[in-house]
Amino acid sequence: MGDSGAGGMRQFVERHTFWAIIILLAAAVLLWMIFAVWPEWLISAIGRKKTFVNTLLNGVTLGGLYFLVASGFTLVFGLMRNVNLAHGSLYLLGAYIGYEVAEASGNWFLGLAVAFLAMAASGVLMQVLIFRRMEGDDLRQTLVTIAISIIAADLMLAVWTGTTYQFAPPEWLFGATTLPIVSVVKASGDPVFIKYPIYRLTVLGVALTVGIGLWLFLNRTKIGMMIRAGVNDRQMLSASGVNVQLLFALVFAIGAGLAGFAGVVGGTALSIAPGEDIRYLLASLIVVIVGGLGSVTGAAIGALLIGLAEQFGLAYFPTYGVVLTFLIMVVVLAVRPQGLMGEG
Amino acid sequence: MFRLGKTTLVAATVLAMASPVAAQETVKMGALATLEGAFTVLGEDSMRGVYMALEEFNYTAGGKKIELITGSSDASPDSAIRATRKLVEQDGVQVMVGPLSGSEGLAVKDYAKTQPNVTFLNGSSAAQDTTLRDPADNFFRFGTEGAQWMAGLGEYVYKEKGYRKLAVLAEDYSFPYTQVFGFLEPFCRLGGKAPADARFWVPIGNKDYSSVIAALPDDVDAIYVALGGADAVNFLTQYEQTGGELPLIGGSITVDQTVLGSKGRTRDFVVGTPSAGPISDTWDDSRWAGFVAAYKKQFPDGFPSPSLFAHAYYVNTKAALLALDTVDGNLSDGGKAYRAALAALEFETPTGMVKLDERRNAVADIFLTEVAEGPDGNLLNKTIKVIPQVSQTLGLSYDEFLKYGAVSRENPVCE
Repeated sequence: MGDSGAGGMRQFVERHTFWAIIILLAAAVLLWMIFAVWPEWLISAIGRKKTFVNTLLNGVTLGGLYFLVASGFTLVFGLMRNVNLAHGSLYLLGAYIGYEVAEASGNWFLGLAVAFLAMAASGVLMQVLIFRRMEGDDLRQTLVTIAISIIAADLMLAVWTGTTYQFAPPEWLFGATTLPIVSVVKASGDPVFIKYPIYRLTVLGVALTVGIGLWLFLNRTKIGMMIRAGVNDRQMLSASGVNVQLLFALVFAIGAGLAGFAGVVGGTALSIAPGEDIRYLLASLIVVIVGGLGSVTGAAIGALLIGLAEQFGLAYFPTYGVVLTFLIMVVVLAVRPQGLMGEG
Repeated sequence: MFRLGKTTLVAATVLAMASPVAAQETVKMGALATLEGAFTVLGEDSMRGVYMALEEFNYTAGGKKIELITGSSDASPDSAIRATRKLVEQDGVQVMVGPLSGSEGLAVKDYAKTQPNVTFLNGSSAAQDTTLRDPADNFFRFGTEGAQWMAGLGEYVYKEKGYRKLAVLAEDYSFPYTQVFGFLEPFCRLGGKAPADARFWVPIGNKDYSSVIAALPDDVDAIYVALGGADAVNFLTQYEQTGGELPLIGGSITVDQTVLGSKGRTRDFVVGTPSAGPISDTWDDSRWAGFVAAYKKQFPDGFPSPSLFAHAYYVNTKAALLALDTVDGNLSDGGKAYRAALAALEFETPTGMVKLDERRNAVADIFLTEVAEGPDGNLLNKTIKVIPQVSQTLGLSYDEFLKYGAVSRENPVCE
């Protein structure tokens, strides 16, 4: 998890010069495609620039949302080897609770905070009351999480019915902003700038903040160090006097809390309705399979890839777009079954 | 094999001995709607329609007590078949109402052919070929279908709104194909355009429309949107969020109560969106007003006004009960007389008279509507025009109508 930046990069360039050049070239082409005004031949080949840039931004922001959900999932798995298939239920329950609080108090941020805390608490309860009783029995734990997700889905349907809910985010987060990217230059010479929803940019910012926060937490704090040690060797960690149960409860709280947090963030970007639990569980599963189970960096890369694949699929070949996501998964499983950042 | 045969025989004998007693007292009716997935809220309102009709008959028809057994699907054909098989083969329902969604209807119609003694009434599924091509003798549709629902809308937006070129955004299955066909056919015959590269087909349950919105062309007059339930809510919010400025034209379930009545931001920008369908929220008629009042009384936590799903399930359930009255609840001939009674049935619904054509599809009134703000701030579909007695072949003869070809992503071509 912890290659430190510049040194690692130099090493990579020295070892894989060819790939480094390819990556640099690709980045240069991408930057040019974002900022240059497209010539006619490019437009006739792949369509308007507006579509491309918007799709790119959508992919990146959706990737940010997927990262929020999947990071908790992968964190829990990394430490406890517990594939928590109720992770999607935590997402949806967090969203509903956040909605109720935000509606009652009129404060969206309060809803966000309560969703995080409530889900963190239920995560701790799940760990202490259920998973602790069947420690080391991975299959049983997984089956129990399936049962929890099914029961939770029906209970939520009973309480919140099938209606689609939508958050009202603060007014200043609603609407679109103009980006300093020119989409086309009109015949009159006036440039037309690209517009993009403010809220989706916020999602990206939040995901980046959470990602950096998690990285700092895992790599720069003592508890983070313990968690990393636990990922590598649980027995050794507990033998060295660390209260592993407390650590497990803490990680479960962070993982579940992030799912609830993502529920409010995602529910505001899109909407909340029954079935969202399964959708985000599936997205998290694909993200961590692609990125590598247990790796937070892997979750970030996987989320970005899947977000981009979904959005480009939807914009350029909507009917068969879904295939792209699974194609990536198939290729990764065939070529690198442990995931892009997974350990062999 | 022989053992199995013997067991089945014993079971059948036991059932046969038990059934005359049961048959005298109750008729088992199954109701299937989407109580899971993207169309959950539509399914819930559908069930309200079923309960309303049963309540109206006090759960008794033809002297028999009606025992209702409900089933749930998720809008996929295989889930609908699974639920229907369970209702028919395990619970032994004799009359079946449902399903809700287009492709489910096609699947259940095919299944109906394997169960000739069970009578199937459609819920709200509105794909064309459920009754048009290769129909099942025991499948009845008293609600109309997607192409009928669009009656008058194509002409209206061409002539009154002056739209000439449109983009199309719809879910990728049989019902939106049917709607797009019903809408575009007259629109394009008048000279309107909706080229294939401006048609966007997305899977059911898609949440993130931002990239589709970015890909929508700029050089069109309006967007025809045929999305349902959560899909429509998501699209409308995201379209508003990205600062979309093109006017919309709604499919029958895109701007109905299941969408307008959802929780959260009010979607004021859809005010003025034209649409068409089997109901209109503000139709000034005592039959409709009575239906709305009964709905509100029975379901205070339902929508501000019943959706077309509640209406369709209500109409079909009521037809099932009326025909049971006609045959005095006698289904002992495998429902033959019952189905004859259904085929001949003509009755008053909350939206006017309905009768069946020779393929057992409804002929009924269709409403051209426009979204408006109601007196208490709710968004409603206000009636612009009633198009009387629309048939499935849209006024043409059956053979002539078949020449249009089956509904699909590219029908009509419209370049």
